[in-house]
Amino acid sequence: MTGELAAVIRDLRTAVGAQRVLTDPLQCRTYECDGLTHFRVSPAVVVLAECTDHVRATLRICSAHRVPYVARGSGTGLSGGALPVADGVLLVLSRMREIVELDIDNQRAVVEPGVINLSVTRAVASQGYFYAPDPSSQQVCSIGGNVAENSGGAHCLKYGFTTHHVTGAVVVLPDGSLVHLGGKVIESPGYDLLGAFVGSEGTLGVATEVTLRLVRRPEHIQTLLAGFRSVTDAAGTVSDIIAAGVLPAAVEMMDRLAIEAAEAATHCGYPPGADSILVVEVDGSAAEVAAHFADVRRIADARGAFEIRVAADDAERALIWKGRKSAFAAVGRISPNYLVQDGVIPRTALPDVLREIGRISADCGVRVANVFHAGDGNLHPLVLYDDAVAGETDRAMEANGRILDLCIAYGGSVTGEHGVGADKVAYMGRQFTPEDLDTMQRVRCAFDPAGVSNPGKVFPTPRLCGEAPGARSGVHPLQEAGLAAVF
Amino acid sequence: MSLPGSAVAAAVRPDSIAEVVDVLRHTRPASVLPRGAGTKLDWGAVGAPIEVDLDLRGLAGIVEYNPGDLVVRAMAGTPLDVVQADLAEHGQFLALDPPEAGATLGGIVAAGASGPRRHRYGTARDLLIGVAAVLADGTVARAGGKVVKNVAGYDLMKIYTGSFGTLGVIVETTWRLHPRPPDRRVVTFAGHDGALVRRLMHSALTPTAVEALGEALVVVFEGLTPAVRAQADAAARLGEGVVTTTVPAGFGVRPWLPDGIGLKIAYEITGLDVVLAALRRLPGTRVVGRVGVGVLEAGLPAIDRDQLDRLRAVVARVGGTVVVLAAPEETKRRLDVWGPVGDALPLMRRVKDQFDPEHRLAPGRFVGGI
Ligand SMILES: Cc1cc2nc3c(=O)[nH]c(=O)nc-3n(C[C@H](O)[C@H](O)[C@H](O)COP(=O)(O)OP(=O)(O)OC[C@H]3O[C@@H](n4cnc5c(N)ncnc54)[C@H](O)[C@@H]3O)c2cc1C
Repeated sequence: MTGELAAVIRDLRTAVGAQRVLTDPLQCRTYECDGLTHFRVSPAVVVLAECTDHVRATLRICSAHRVPYVARGSGTGLSGGALPVADGVLLVLSRMREIVELDIDNQRAVVEPGVINLSVTRAVASQGYFYAPDPSSQQVCSIGGNVAENSGGAHCLKYGFTTHHVTGAVVVLPDGSLVHLGGKVIESPGYDLLGAFVGSEGTLGVATEVTLRLVRRPEHIQTLLAGFRSVTDAAGTVSDIIAAGVLPAAVEMMDRLAIEAAEAATHCGYPPGADSILVVEVDGSAAEVAAHFADVRRIADARGAFEIRVAADDAERALIWKGRKSAFAAVGRISPNYLVQDGVIPRTALPDVLREIGRISADCGVRVANVFHAGDGNLHPLVLYDDAVAGETDRAMEANGRILDLCIAYGGSVTGEHGVGADKVAYMGRQFTPEDLDTMQRVRCAFDPAGVSNPGKVFPTPRLCGEAPGARSGVHPLQEAGLAAVF
Repeated sequence: MSLPGSAVAAAVRPDSIAEVVDVLRHTRPASVLPRGAGTKLDWGAVGAPIEVDLDLRGLAGIVEYNPGDLVVRAMAGTPLDVVQADLAEHGQFLALDPPEAGATLGGIVAAGASGPRRHRYGTARDLLIGVAAVLADGTVARAGGKVVKNVAGYDLMKIYTGSFGTLGVIVETTWRLHPRPPDRRVVTFAGHDGALVRRLMHSALTPTAVEALGEALVVVFEGLTPAVRAQADAAARLGEGVVTTTVPAGFGVRPWLPDGIGLKIAYEITGLDVVLAALRRLPGTRVVGRVGVGVLEAGLPAIDRDQLDRLRAVVARVGGTVVVLAAPEETKRRLDVWGPVGDALPLMRRVKDQFDPEHRLAPGRFVGGI
């Protein structure tokens, strides 16, 4: 252990209490990975924060000693965002799980970062409200993690992502100082730093309180499951729905292999023999739902759906969703190992991209199951492999990389909701130019000049935050010369 | 439109991103004001004199539009009206409706301008999915992309929105689009208060706009005919609403006169009555605004420092802020037009220093003298 680390541990124990500072390697190993389990690093120190003051003290101490820290919510991230630094501090926020305030009249909830996503909806459901972003992991993932990843979910097609549902955050900056970004109001004067913080993957500071928008539950919901003989027909249905001017709450798609896996795991009873299925949910007023739902059925029929099932009630709706929401875990049933991918393509490229993924799968000799948010072109190809078979891991990795390159080639993105984390750092330079990445890191330098906050994530090469040549932070010379006033 | 502050040394109108880069490189460290159609150049603080008037209307046109993807990419100098006309041919629209005719996409982003449809669709911050900007040192940098769902890299679209030209010259924008609703119903209530707005907000109704227009409340439903008809009838019954198919005159128009004072007030939704009572105490005030999201605009003939301070104190009680957007130059020089910014101001200054270390872009026009 380095001398710096020893000093950090001593200071942390004094500041937050020895019982909240773990250094026993066995205990620290609990935190060695997030949901991306093939990346593992045991942290030197774990701090179990219970309040904003604990977070402030931890960050102040880390900064003073230039020791890196990584924040962690529930550890369900799929890009290694919460992967610890070996000689650093892992700051666990899952004990900060109080819903501070429910302000239904202002349609806001104020929560601590460790609060579980689904708890927010549970707390306001009886009053006719819900918290819209609904990642499939919503029973376990934290609001702090959602904010850091700008998490999405099946219903984001209509309702938007986390960034559209956060109006305020109390953020501890890497030097331990506190800033209030936004609040219950929808906008405030100045740069929208809250907008930059959401999705910054823990690299700009730690959110210790978050203000969320609550949304009125729609009057009606209708859900349909349609089975198709070909992926092209299902993809065509999605395009036609959008072209008809319908904006469903969700449009989800699964291919044959994903259906097979879901069936094995959850007995969801999806149409037998389907080459692909679509789950389409429409919500809104009664008249709107009736008309749009009829459109969706007609389009699916015209595109050759051989079976269409409509959920008669909430229980049937839950069953339809069960297969889809458990798809990631389900492939574990049909393959010893798998990689979860998260690329995005323009929606209209869906049939072409699926064909090419099929080709990549054949080339590399690994199976690929496709599960995706078809409405917004967010693909989750699951690359299946067996690490006990010589060479298969390498071939899976190759398929994985080629799928991401495909998304970039079609003008898409290497991540739609899981984040860059540690996993996709190498791909950032393919999606963006060095100038693009350098400009993003100017924001990083403003928040974290010492580079101690979740280093090594998101950006392939760190920017040196020293003052740029000719930098001048004083007033403009014309102002100085008395030629202009500030106000 | 003339620029606030003193005379301009040079006016330039580049036709390409490369020319914008050249201008910024060759005029260092002169102060530069990026601008579109100039419809909102009088917003914000007066700032330091401008040496280069950078007119971006030469960067015009749609670069890429694939209706099936509901995404459009257009140069920043393109007027919104022009874009909307093209999109309408495909039954789509960009769900932004700031009232300034001829305003360009870049100007709308930089000023964070929005209109009544904000209630449903949000502002430029919520619809802008990709951006290219030229920084003060000539660096061309993109963020986002052309897909709606994308979390690769920082979301710089958010910090350019409402940055008033102080971080970079926005040269290209990419937007999420929506299907154009086929029909509309408008419900007008002669009088309104917090209680009526509250009933509306907590109902299952899904209006696209909930607008205060003077003493009236105008609620707009857009969508399929049977749906908007049913919703409008239900909304009308929440008070004594009258249902029509067209919006009243002055709908969504900024409530201030050319030489008057224009305020933007953001507050917690339930604070409406408190804010309205405070505004009514100022003589000659006209109010327009998005009462469903908690943003009002007020036009008044004059305001002095004490009146502004008192108004700010009242609005602060309902969590809000008051910005003097438009005002005669002399008035602006006497007032703190942006008002208190809170404990994030030092961080905002650091962001500015990173993007524009020489403080040459729109100097002094933004919060805290940025
Ligand atoms: C089965 C499964 C299904 C999933 N489905 C979806 C889905 O549908 N949509 C989706 O978007 N994601 C999905 N995910 C990914 C994951 O659940 C989300 O990214 C989630 O937001 C992570 O939350 P967490 O609390 O687990 O965060 P963690 O994994 O603990 O951390 C994630 C990142 O957030 C940072 N962080 C955590 N808390 C804070 C804080 N308070 N302040 C600052 N930074 C912080 C960490 O440093 C890290 O970079 C899924 C994951 C699994 C395992």
